[in-house]
Amino acid sequence: MNGSALINANPVVHERKERVTRREVHDSSAEPIDALEVFDHVRDIKDPEHPYSLEQLKVVTEEAITVDDKKSHVMVVFTPTVQHCSMATVIGLCIRVQLMRCLPPRFKIDIKVAPGSHASETAVNKQLNDKERIAAALENPNLSELVEDCLAPASY
Amino acid sequence: MEMDVVQELQGHSDRVWSVAWRPDSGISGRPSMLASCSGDKTVRIWQCSSSQDLFIQHWSCVAVLDGMHQRTVRSCEWSPDGKLLATASFDGTTAIWENVGGDFECVASLEGHENEVKSVSWNCSGTLLATCGRDKSVWIWELQPGNEFECTSVLHGHSQDVKMVLWHPCEDILVSASYDNSIKAWIEDKDREDWVCAQTLSDSWGHTSTVWTVSFDASGHRLVSCSDDLSLKIWDSHSNLLSEGNLWKHLCTISGYHDRTIFSVHWSKASGLIATGAGDDCIRIFSEESNEKSTLGGDLTYKMVLKKEKAHITDVNCVRWHPQEASLLASAGDDGVVKIWKVAGESLY
Repeated sequence: MNGSALINANPVVHERKERVTRREVHDSSAEPIDALEVFDHVRDIKDPEHPYSLEQLKVVTEEAITVDDKKSHVMVVFTPTVQHCSMATVIGLCIRVQLMRCLPPRFKIDIKVAPGSHASETAVNKQLNDKERIAAALENPNLSELVEDCLAPASY
Repeated sequence: MEMDVVQELQGHSDRVWSVAWRPDSGISGRPSMLASCSGDKTVRIWQCSSSQDLFIQHWSCVAVLDGMHQRTVRSCEWSPDGKLLATASFDGTTAIWENVGGDFECVASLEGHENEVKSVSWNCSGTLLATCGRDKSVWIWELQPGNEFECTSVLHGHSQDVKMVLWHPCEDILVSASYDNSIKAWIEDKDREDWVCAQTLSDSWGHTSTVWTVSFDASGHRLVSCSDDLSLKIWDSHSNLLSEGNLWKHLCTISGYHDRTIFSVHWSKASGLIATGAGDDCIRIFSEESNEKSTLGGDLTYKMVLKKEKAHITDVNCVRWHPQEASLLASAGDDGVVKIWKVAGESLY
């Protein structure tokens, strides 16, 4: 192992899904938002500790995203690469910030780790959905810099 | 019942977390005054220019308190006499502002919490201030002459963030609500000269997720709490408050109404109605069910008498009834707006 102790030193890197090009819709309000659109917003988020995207590490998949456009509700279930991933809360924060920026404000967003994918599942889920914790985290300069870094456009 | 917006108060550039009515609003012809605090790091003071008609658009911003807090201002509360305003911030400090002839001057900054301060509350005599925060502790401060504040106690007991502190309306009993799902009541132990936890409300009747807010009824005999578990709970105290082993017992749970986290609950001192603000963008109003059964000491029930959909275009973070005027309610939302509402209906009369 090299100098910096990585939480998951050897992540499995998966093939990326083909991108579906959709026809341009100019009146955005007419088109309901679906899981693929939400997935497109989060697939390229960079993992906090690897030079890979959340899609490449299979942290996020289209199948694990549920959208109810009528009820303005989005649920993203993500899978940390290791059970004791201390980056899980950062990944969840990145997904939330990205969706807060991309989706219309009417949307309510719930973010959870996949059942059985994390040793502290209940605690992580509670923290990921506490808006006061989220607001405070984003006012923390180190944490917000880390989030911005993960959200910055990158080519993998 | 119905409710309509009297006025939307625009000015904050980020979500509004909390609002507080000056306690003497409307007494002896004094104007109604409201403070609001926000993620934009400022506090705004709003005033109604007419002391007679609060229900037309007479509200305007009369002061902006800025330059003091470095991060979100999470909570603001007036001292009982309305002369001081305390503001709690994620920057770890609590500021005390003095209202001198319409101008607000910061006269003290209370430091001690390790990180975010989430709530602040004055006791009924205005001699004690309580603060709480992310560091899981509750601090009690004593007001000394010359606006000096001395910390007299640091209370540990909660295992997670403390979301809110609130003093009883007429006794020195402090209640705290936490991310650890519990509510604690603290009283002063005169022998030990320190504050002790007298009761923890977390038994099988307790909340099953974060408790965000608590509110007392006018007499202080009942307490209502709201939670991320989508329920409200009413807690009742016996008339001999301190001599009993327990201060409060669970009276009833109001569930099945809210669709997302209930961030705020407030019990009207003027009408007895309970208002809630939630993450489903709604404001709801509950009234005690007056039936024969409850007067005979049977199961007490509260029914929802109003649901205002899309009260804000995003989460409703705070609801507060006017201290005197039973039909006036203020709310604050993630949309950065403060709203003044007129509530009308037979439950008010």
